[in-house]
Amino acid sequence: MASVKPRVKVPKSASAGEVITIKTLISHPMESGQRKDGDGNPIPRQIINTFTCEFNGQTVFSCDIEPAVSANPYLEFTAKVGEAGTFKFTWVDDDGSVYTEEKEIALN
Amino acid sequence: MTITRRSMLTLSVGAAIGVVAGMRSGPASATAEDAMAKVMEFAGGTEPATGTITLDAPEIAENGNTVPVSVSVESPMTADDYVESVAIYADGNPSPDVITFNFTPMSGEASATTRMRLAKTQNVIAVAKTSTGQVFMDKKEVKVTIGGCGG
Repeated sequence: MASVKPRVKVPKSASAGEVITIKTLISHPMESGQRKDGDGNPIPRQIINTFTCEFNGQTVFSCDIEPAVSANPYLEFTAKVGEAGTFKFTWVDDDGSVYTEEKEIALN
Repeated sequence: MTITRRSMLTLSVGAAIGVVAGMRSGPASATAEDAMAKVMEFAGGTEPATGTITLDAPEIAENGNTVPVSVSVESPMTADDYVESVAIYADGNPSPDVITFNFTPMSGEASATTRMRLAKTQNVIAVAKTSTGQVFMDKKEVKVTIGGCGG
């Protein structure tokens, strides 16, 4: 799907040991599998089922997502920054597609 | 059999009843028992305590398609004592599972926010599990004006 676009908001810099807030949103219909089309046939489920956030290769936060999460899944969580580095965000789709995004953070 | 006016009438009434009955059987809904069974499964046999965890959701949600929900758990979030995961369940949706957040000591705080779908007015339940084996639970009723599960 070309329409899937991840968006992430991470502060540009933080002081060592600071807990920062990260906001992510990915445009995705999150088809629940409960809806029916005009002819009464069920529309197959297609959702983002997993999200992971890593910092310099170590997992910071992850979640298992079910169809009850709204379309364009929005996630807000925190991370403790001890060093400068790169946040890597990964979304996994039911169809096997993987969407990723990276953000740098510096220490001030 | 010849179709008389009377038999035609009974046929069409029967068909109409059939259609209405068919329409009523929408998506099956989970019950409070299903949701509690999920909570107990997640807790792994430990009786959930109240407090420490805060679930924040609106009292009245106008649109069940996007209901903001956030959880936060008081925890030192150190390597020996941190919140491992928080699961959210909704007892009136077709399936009670909503989302499971997995934290690490690198999360800094055990708090997260997302947006969920609610099919109707129901209870939203959040359960937290810590690395020391403690389980905490919070519950909140959300009134839904327009359901969000499509039909």
